[in-house]
Amino acid sequence: MHSHTRKLLTVITEAALEGTLVRDLDRLNAHGYTITDARGKGNRGVRDAGWEASGNIRVEVVCDAETATAIAAYLREHYYDDYAMILFMSDIAVLRPEKF
Amino acid sequence: MIDPIILFFLLGAVAGLLRSELRLPAAVYEFVSIVLLLAIGLKGGVELAKQPFLSLLPHMLVVIAMGFVLTLVAFPVLRYLGRFKRADAASIAAHYGSVSVGTFAVVVAYLGSRQIAFEEHMPLLLVMLEVPAILVGIVLARGLSRETRWKSVAHEVFLGKGIVLLLGGLLIGWAAGPEGLKPIEPLFFDLFKGFLAVFLLEMGLITAKQLGSLRLYGPFLIGFGIVMPLFSALVGVGLGWAMGLSVGGTAILATLAASASYIAVPAAMRISVPEANPTLSLSAALGITFPFNVLLGIPIYYALAEWAHTFARG
Repeated sequence: MHSHTRKLLTVITEAALEGTLVRDLDRLNAHGYTITDARGKGNRGVRDAGWEASGNIRVEVVCDAETATAIAAYLREHYYDDYAMILFMSDIAVLRPEKF
Repeated sequence: MIDPIILFFLLGAVAGLLRSELRLPAAVYEFVSIVLLLAIGLKGGVELAKQPFLSLLPHMLVVIAMGFVLTLVAFPVLRYLGRFKRADAASIAAHYGSVSVGTFAVVVAYLGSRQIAFEEHMPLLLVMLEVPAILVGIVLARGLSRETRWKSVAHEVFLGKGIVLLLGGLLIGWAAGPEGLKPIEPLFFDLFKGFLAVFLLEMGLITAKQLGSLRLYGPFLIGFGIVMPLFSALVGVGLGWAMGLSVGGTAILATLAASASYIAVPAAMRISVPEANPTLSLSAALGITFPFNVLLGIPIYYALAEWAHTFARG
């Protein structure tokens, strides 16, 4: 089976940012995204999702390298200073390149 | 005799401090708070149907003005006495100008178990008091800058869970009337205190978690978290008395004034004033002011309300 390489962009950030982030992703040409609730610990403390204000989300976007770089640059510029946010990318194989 | 719901709060706090495994699943906490918000709205709505809306307008305006003023008083204190950054001072001030529905539920239960009557339109005033502080907070942090996306702020503020459920409950209660609500009364009214107990258990756990970060921010914030609600309660008692509220109503208004938001305002501030440190305002509102109000504040505010009314009668 022939597969194609795409980028998986994973963002872990505050649940409060979800609405804004989703709008950004749409604007930056992400064709889709998956959001899950998350908890954990980072340099802004334990975020254990005990209630609304301490929840984290994990946003995953599969897209081409160009879009992934653009999204990463945008998020870094707009949110890194003020929000708890980490972001990483990995190469993945997909079967239907036209979808992403 | 201490109210058992307060004991639930203490249980949560102690369990949290001892780092117990106990935690409420997020979905349960969410469900319980939805039931509480709806119950408060429904109860108010039933009573609203009995009185003409226009007669409540003056009360609503006074309460909105109170929200503006409390925020404007808190800001310079935090900025110049507390030496907080402008954004932080504005954000904390907004938390204290707004209200906590949890605290409102506790004062309602407090008055209920002592069979003290109060005006039933208080939930409407609760809704009114939620919003002004957020707007003032954003303007204090930003000035009237063009950058503020007022549309998304308005969306965040008016379509937040709290306002939607409270207003929705008010409207449903108003439309259905006491007879119409009979079939759902067991869930919303009979079980109210049970839900409140579970809610307070979780609040105890959350409060305990904030105490750790309080140690970082020092005595000023702790002092502010106690003195500000006392001051606000005095303003509330004065206004309640001037508005001609009953003793119970005055005590509730004082509690509303004294309480600090920990749901609506943090969410709005996080989006609109991201440079403000959310830990500061949350540890003050949740770590200090919420437990203070629940354990000591409410009895004090009730005593103040009683005193003001006796004094006024001569």
